[in-house]
Amino acid sequence: MRPDRTVAPRLPWWLVAVAVVGIAFVVAPVVVMATRGDWAHFWSLVTSDSSLDALRLSLFTSVVSTAVCVVVGVPVAVVLARTRFPGLSVVRALVLLPLVLPPVVCGLALLYAFGRRGPFGHTLEDAGISIAFTTTAVVISHVFVSLPFLVLTLEGALKVRGTGPELAAASLGAGPGRTFWLVTLPAVAPALGGGALLAFARSLGEFGATLTFAGSLQGVTRTLPLEIYLQRETDPDAAVALSMLLVIVAVLVVALVHSAGGTRSFRRGLAGSVA
Amino acid sequence: MRKLSGALGALALVGTLALAGCSSDDGGASGQDSGGHQTLVVYAAASLTDTFTQIAHQFEADHAGVTVKLSFAGSSDLVAQLQEGAPADVFASADEPNMKKLTDAGLAAGDPVPFATNVLTIVTPPDDPAGITSFQDLGKSGVKVDVCAPQVPCGNAAKEVEEATGVTIKPVSEESKVTDVLAKVTSGEADAGLVYVTDAKGALAKDPDALKQIDFPESSKAVNTYPVVAVKGSKHADLAKEFVAAVTGEAGQKVLQDAGFGAP
Repeated sequence: MRPDRTVAPRLPWWLVAVAVVGIAFVVAPVVVMATRGDWAHFWSLVTSDSSLDALRLSLFTSVVSTAVCVVVGVPVAVVLARTRFPGLSVVRALVLLPLVLPPVVCGLALLYAFGRRGPFGHTLEDAGISIAFTTTAVVISHVFVSLPFLVLTLEGALKVRGTGPELAAASLGAGPGRTFWLVTLPAVAPALGGGALLAFARSLGEFGATLTFAGSLQGVTRTLPLEIYLQRETDPDAAVALSMLLVIVAVLVVALVHSAGGTRSFRRGLAGSVA
Repeated sequence: MRKLSGALGALALVGTLALAGCSSDDGGASGQDSGGHQTLVVYAAASLTDTFTQIAHQFEADHAGVTVKLSFAGSSDLVAQLQEGAPADVFASADEPNMKKLTDAGLAAGDPVPFATNVLTIVTPPDDPAGITSFQDLGKSGVKVDVCAPQVPCGNAAKEVEEATGVTIKPVSEESKVTDVLAKVTSGEADAGLVYVTDAKGALAKDPDALKQIDFPESSKAVNTYPVVAVKGSKHADLAKEFVAAVTGEAGQKVLQDAGFGAP
């Protein structure tokens, strides 16, 4: 037991009542789906070639895109949180756009930009690099839709913290680079972990943008959600089994990350990411 | 203050319960209104969107006081909805296996009637970058061909043509929906795609420069038949049969064949 949990303030009864309804609302459909599954054949359904290919591809692309999100997202979050320039709020709104755009629209935007006839895709094509219908296209789709989750989480944490420690470090002679690596980044590490987990989760479930931009081919672009969508056409039982597999993978990842980074500050980071 | 928050909380709780209550009110879509007005609910395959909209307009014009509500989606989605008790009066499928799912489930009133056929065609971007002229060209290496997955009717038809001709296509992608194949061809991502004649015609009707359609004789190896049937338990059984008759009748057939469908 941690000291800050032993003395919990009493909550109003209605808050708890609505919370119970809210939790049941999220959990009940998944539980009902589980009861509809063909559990006798679960193992053979999820260990088929196509299912394993889809699972491998999903894990691979989600891990890679999360890494890209961290590398790109941290600078974006820091710039948004720590700089002042005209049009900042507009830039922030634009960066967060994939959060509100329907995934299919994200896919269309990527198609027009990075597709063979798009401005960037055309240049790459001339250089002999083709993105369409490759695993790279899947990763691009994932990064596009997941990045805002990481940026939003990290930017929030940076703003809450304020700039006191950084100013102190600077006054003691630390340069901007040293201050960033030794002061800013360690302080927001929990939020970074939480944001990365959200980005990973969003990648794992990504469907619309991938389908529109990358296509669907076993082992190359057909991730688990796309495989579920396809299986539903002929074999709803297999689709439910694969859905449960996705649920299990998601729960495992959250549990794993939670226990690996199981410090209190990391949990606080996760909580911050949800708030 | 405490009182106020308690009252607000109670209000929120009532709101939640009221929301939950909504679900029990599954007002039948095919209900009859007081004024003798009837609503016929028709579930039809997505590829029938344009034609069935026209046929429904004709049907409404011929039957005073009748409104036709159309719901378009993939045939397998529609069957799944019907099996879960969705209130529809008529079901038109894009293929026979999905119709069989409905009849096997005992949800069809009478035997399904075939009302149209559809065959595959090759579509390419308007400038045909890979120089496709025949079905054999799709098997060439380096040609980016997009097809439907074998699990869906258009992909199954593509597989049948491949087997009949001995041509092996190595697709860059296998889509779940024929519209995704069309989109990847019109955007120039893929060099060629296999879609139904009606899909190509529909796209060309909207934009004559959207793509190039290349018909091929081997398409006759895989003819897709569309069946229609009245759904069991319909509150408008007679009207549903009349709608089926309108689809299979002369006027309905003209609409379908103008869109590129073959006669059953």
